[in-house]
Amino acid sequence: MAVLSFFANPHRFMAASKWFAWGFTVLGASVILIGIYIGLFVVPPDAVQGDSARIMFVHVPAMWLSLFVYAFMVGASLISIVWRHSIADVAAKSAAPFGAAVTAFGLVTGSIWGYPTWGTWWEWGDARLVSVLVLFFVYLGYIAIWQAMETPQKAARAAAILCLAGAVNVPIIHYSVEWFATLHQTAMNATAEFKYPMYVVALGYLSLFGGLTLINMRAEIMNTRADMLAQRKQAAAG
Amino acid sequence: MSGSFSVFTRELKLAWSGGGGAALPVGFFAAACSITPFAVGSGIENLKVAGPGVMWIALALASLLPMERLFQADLEDGTLDAYAGSGIGMEGIALAKTLAHWIATGIPLAIIAPVLWIMLQGPPEASLFVIGFSLIGSAAFFFFGSIGAALAAGMRRGGLLIALVTLPLYVPTMIFGAAGLYAVASGAEWAAPLMLTGAAALFGIATSSFAAAMALRTAID
Repeated sequence: MAVLSFFANPHRFMAASKWFAWGFTVLGASVILIGIYIGLFVVPPDAVQGDSARIMFVHVPAMWLSLFVYAFMVGASLISIVWRHSIADVAAKSAAPFGAAVTAFGLVTGSIWGYPTWGTWWEWGDARLVSVLVLFFVYLGYIAIWQAMETPQKAARAAAILCLAGAVNVPIIHYSVEWFATLHQTAMNATAEFKYPMYVVALGYLSLFGGLTLINMRAEIMNTRADMLAQRKQAAAG
Repeated sequence: MSGSFSVFTRELKLAWSGGGGAALPVGFFAAACSITPFAVGSGIENLKVAGPGVMWIALALASLLPMERLFQADLEDGTLDAYAGSGIGMEGIALAKTLAHWIATGIPLAIIAPVLWIMLQGPPEASLFVIGFSLIGSAAFFFFGSIGAALAAGMRRGGLLIALVTLPLYVPTMIFGAAGLYAVASGAEWAAPLMLTGAAALFGIATSSFAAAMALRTAID
């Protein structure tokens, strides 16, 4: 709670986040590169799928992040609804583009992996693939609602409500898609050796997410300030 | 409760006396189903494969049509403000309005459904099931749609946003309802999809008015 109210002040947030924003971004990008290096050159090819399974090292962590970012937005939206916390609004808004991007990236890499493995670019019978597609549309709706509303305060409320409604419905959507699915691709029984590049890349994504979201939040706050300054200038001139 | 009921009766009267506004989605539903054979082919076999699914999509889209004006008209002319000051509670108002619009539009959609079903080469003896599925399905579509309707009430061009926001919420109803229609078309077991469609509808009815009320309170701020 103390942390929450401390950061409700944008000035404190700006001062504290200055170095973290770029630090997390650079750290995340480097860790991702290390993870990709391990995945491409250190780990031996998969016994069944050969080299094509290596795309899993960037695909699986992207799928984890697509859910993690949404969970982060749900948390921020809850804080925003309960305490009318202005930074929480900015956080949820700033996280959404990364969430949508990582979800789209997961869908594309999944589809590229699916072609040599399943023989098709897109398999409607795979529940996870289809649920993630729905999640992608939820992200798009969330981003659209921020852009459609007239005032930022109303947009923040509406977006938070949509985010929470999505959180309640996404599990139900997932299970209904599973019911619909006929072809179940069970989780890869990867060996530990095969899994650890995924964890490295996931940590990299996480750090990159933190950094890019902070950069986005800072830009958003500066934008609000610039608007206020412009209004003040106009008021003084007129 | 009596307050919500008077909102409900007012909405119902307005919907039925509003110059055919409530009948427009029915026309859309009929037209959308009627142009299907031009796209998928008019052969009986083609229609048996595509018909139930296309009909279910058309029902979902027809249910989306009234959503843009569901709360918007009352927000613009201040009725919503008057409701908010009446002490009824926004949840009750959202529920009453959505229910009234479902009765005015959803039930006619379900009544015309078997005609379109037979046109799309569905077996006529399944007509009662088609009415049942359409009733339950349109209720789910209306109540999930009311969340998007409330969120977009304050926007001038909210219609497309409603579709983008609401269609993901339609997925469970889409899956179970269409599965049910295919089941009754082929004489397969229909009880499970019927119950699951009902569950989706009940879930929508139980939860949507809270989200819609929250969005409406933001809109009138």
